[in-house]
Amino acid sequence: MKSTQAKSSFKRGLAAVAATCALFSGTAVAQEPIKIGSFLAITGPVAFLGDPENKTLELYVEKINAAGGVLGRKLQLIAYDSAGDAEKARTFAKRLIEQDKVDVIVGGTSTGETMAVIPLVEGAQIPFISLAGAVVIIEPVKKWVFKTPHTDRMACEKIFIDMQSRKLSKIALISGPGGFDKSMRAECLKLNAKYGIQVVADETYGGGDTDMTAQLTKIKNTAGVQAVLNPGFGQGPAIVTKNYGQLGITMPLYQSHGVASKEFIKLAGAAAEGVRLPAAALLVADGLPASDPQRSVVVSYKNEYESRFKSEVSTFGGHAFDGLMLAVEAMKKAGGTDKAKVRDALEGIRGYMGTAGVVNMSANDHMGLDLSAFRMLEVKGGNWTLVK
Amino acid sequence: MSAQFMQYLLTGLTVGAIYALVALGFSIIFNASHVINFAQGEFVMIGGMATVSLSAAGLPYLLAIPLAVAAAALVGLALEKFAVEPARGASVVALIIITIGASIFLRGLAMVVWDKRFHALKPFTGDTPIAIAGATILPQSLWVIGVTLAIVLALSWFFGRTLLGKAMLATSHNRLAAQLCGINVRMVLFVSFGLSAALGAIAGILIAPITLTSFDVGVMLGLKGFAAAILGGLGSGVGAVVGGLALGIAETMSAGYLSSAYKDAIAFVIILAVLFFMPSGLFGTRGGERV
Amino acid sequence: MLQRLASPRTGGLLALAAAITLLPLALSNKYFYDIAILVGLNAIVCVGLNLLIGYAGQISLGHAGFFGLGAYGSAILASRYGWPPLAAMFTTTLAVAALAFVVGRPILRLKGHYLAMATLGLGVIIFMVITTEDKFTGGPDGISVVPFSIGGFVLQGERSWYWVVGALLLVAVWLALNLIESPTGRALRALHSSEVGAEVVGINAADHKVMVFVISAVFASLAGSLAAHYSGFVTPGKVTFLHSIELVTMVVFGGMASTFGAVVGAAVLTTLPQLLTVFKDYEMMVFGAVMIGTMIFLPRGVVPSLARLFQPPQRNAPGKDKGAAA
Repeated sequence: MKSTQAKSSFKRGLAAVAATCALFSGTAVAQEPIKIGSFLAITGPVAFLGDPENKTLELYVEKINAAGGVLGRKLQLIAYDSAGDAEKARTFAKRLIEQDKVDVIVGGTSTGETMAVIPLVEGAQIPFISLAGAVVIIEPVKKWVFKTPHTDRMACEKIFIDMQSRKLSKIALISGPGGFDKSMRAECLKLNAKYGIQVVADETYGGGDTDMTAQLTKIKNTAGVQAVLNPGFGQGPAIVTKNYGQLGITMPLYQSHGVASKEFIKLAGAAAEGVRLPAAALLVADGLPASDPQRSVVVSYKNEYESRFKSEVSTFGGHAFDGLMLAVEAMKKAGGTDKAKVRDALEGIRGYMGTAGVVNMSANDHMGLDLSAFRMLEVKGGNWTLVK
Repeated sequence: MSAQFMQYLLTGLTVGAIYALVALGFSIIFNASHVINFAQGEFVMIGGMATVSLSAAGLPYLLAIPLAVAAAALVGLALEKFAVEPARGASVVALIIITIGASIFLRGLAMVVWDKRFHALKPFTGDTPIAIAGATILPQSLWVIGVTLAIVLALSWFFGRTLLGKAMLATSHNRLAAQLCGINVRMVLFVSFGLSAALGAIAGILIAPITLTSFDVGVMLGLKGFAAAILGGLGSGVGAVVGGLALGIAETMSAGYLSSAYKDAIAFVIILAVLFFMPSGLFGTRGGERV
Repeated sequence: MLQRLASPRTGGLLALAAAITLLPLALSNKYFYDIAILVGLNAIVCVGLNLLIGYAGQISLGHAGFFGLGAYGSAILASRYGWPPLAAMFTTTLAVAALAFVVGRPILRLKGHYLAMATLGLGVIIFMVITTEDKFTGGPDGISVVPFSIGGFVLQGERSWYWVVGALLLVAVWLALNLIESPTGRALRALHSSEVGAEVVGINAADHKVMVFVISAVFASLAGSLAAHYSGFVTPGKVTFLHSIELVTMVVFGGMASTFGAVVGAAVLTTLPQLLTVFKDYEMMVFGAVMIGTMIFLPRGVVPSLARLFQPPQRNAPGKDKGAAA
């Protein structure tokens, strides 16, 4: 406690000095950096989402500053590690708003963390771009809350449409304990009847589980099942896929955009062949035809990320990229960091091309993506390919 | 029906063998020092992750594996030297917190040294499933069960026939008496940490080709291993193995026949039930209490 | 008069009350108030847990479970079913006390590491139920919670919450101190030294152990309910094994068998992660190292170790009583 007291009085002293200096040099105020606040799950169970998000934000804040900043001001990134915990996220969001006094917040790796923070940003009236997946974040629409990733509902829809085209009508679900898994499973269960699909089995596995053969055996022995859908992310789906192969199950397996990465193929091994999932075009960046309007954005991001960090690009990093760029775009349109103006500018963004797809925000739609932003991909020859 | 049962049984044995190895690690350290080493799970993680990075660097398994195990053993020795020994005489709770602090430290270190992604190891002898009585088992699972069996036999030889092993057993029965017989108790403690770390690392390496590994993988495995050790009776080697296998099989049977959502909860309920009727676990020593 | 001030009950309580009253002078924005409130809530849990661990000599690695039950109970009754928050909190606390009573008796027959495992298992089971029954509990993403209100008065805003939590902390500490000084407290300390010995002098060990278990569960549940209303949100993140460990660490770090130690422990370990953010990637390593270091260098905890420094050397030390009373 003592050191926080000492720190805060020291900071106040510094601030007083700085303010006095600013008074004496009129133009000094204009050089004040634009503060972008972020709370991400850089460690913890969803670290492999939060880590690329954090790296992407750092990389692009650097690049933008090197190119002169935004509106003549440098960007300053203040990022905290919430480790996937909603309580920590809430405290750090409060710190960003009250102590660090940021201009905009881009963050919230998981839905739980995002939802915990929403009352704060609504109360503080600061624009917040979330990087989490569940549809409840933007439905009902909240004035100050936006998001960049596709919703889990869109993923279900995309998958069901594909299943319809393959005449699959009886499916089994197998999902994990995470918020993402449960949320997507719930959305799929709301929608399946609409697409004429019946769910004949519904299994789950635990967080640190190392083997899903028991659940898959149950599914295999269920009468009439034609395909399996695994809404999940992390190592769970990779193990499910491996076990799928081990048990010799041949029916189609659908994964979610939660495992849209090259990593997944490496982890699941040969069993990944034939797996389908909906994903952003980022995953097949090099395979996009030159005429594809998304190609330049995704290829450029992919190359930047991979050359800097020497690891495969991730769609989650792509969401952070979109979030940052949208915020920057909105600030440019608003001509400054006035929170209300930036928010209005964000809402007015049309036809913006991000790694996730074309973004058309509106007063009713704070995500801006439609189903065309999702591509259906399949693993062929150990690589992601577009399903025509 | 019986093909299903066979599948659950085989999977349960595989998972159970891993729990057994981790539980053995707990028991060995507990015997030497009455300390529950909550960092045991991290040794499992270190074994797997170290092998991943060593083989990614080009080393063949024959080299990478012993090196990884040695690295884990070194970490175990360092843990004893720098965290446990300076706290000699601290209360039981304080020691629990020290080992938990160590586990947090090691996880943080792993994040920095390696990364936060998941990694796969290539299976020792390939990927083609083997069919047994209508169920399938991966060749790697056979490795897991086989190596665990070999280790259990080796340990019983070690504790029963070698001088060091007997010294360790003596220390676990009565520390003071062992000291009076001239046994270097501090050395016993030192070695037990190294040995447990090696066991954990081997478990981690065996299971990584089946279940993937990451900086986080030690938490749950450590917890389950501890549960297995308690189930079998703390300090009992036989108990650790039986406890581990029982826990693994209980888990897969619950997942298969009862509810896959609650399989972990069921496992803990079983443990609680056993403890209610046998407060020292299945094979634990029923100690008297001194007034 | 000075003699009375020196006693933990009056002197210590006055000091704590003074600290709580004067602290806002140093809290310059809502974020600092937020941390102070979190410290207070953790401290309430720790004061109760300290009775169990420090005085009765038991251990619980599952207290986050009771905290979580309190939080979710209030959240579900108040938000999903529209109960008045006070009634929800009261009912939840009763339910948790009942659970602790029913489960406590068989669990507390175990000793040492077996008891640790049983409480750990209990905590994990509670966590699993909360995470799986998502229709009630919202699953891993949790549910939002209505603000705390009594009649028409709504408790909102960091400053108001600070005073409420501060006052409740004082009450909790006062209750704990009273319990310790009472015959029940002495019975607990006798239990700690030797259960068999205590039984020989006529103390019913099982009854006393269950009683203190229930009391500590009630403290935790109340703190949980308050935390739910304050955050406006509950997730299973607070019901984990790691959080149970954090609570035990706070108690041990502050000093077992020291009620004020529990408060100090909660204060330090709640604010520590905020201070460690400067370490970025190394934060976890530093935190783990701090845990190890404090147990090695301050094995009796902060408050008792400091108390020893300030205590004049005593010619006839009255024995365990003095040491345990702080």
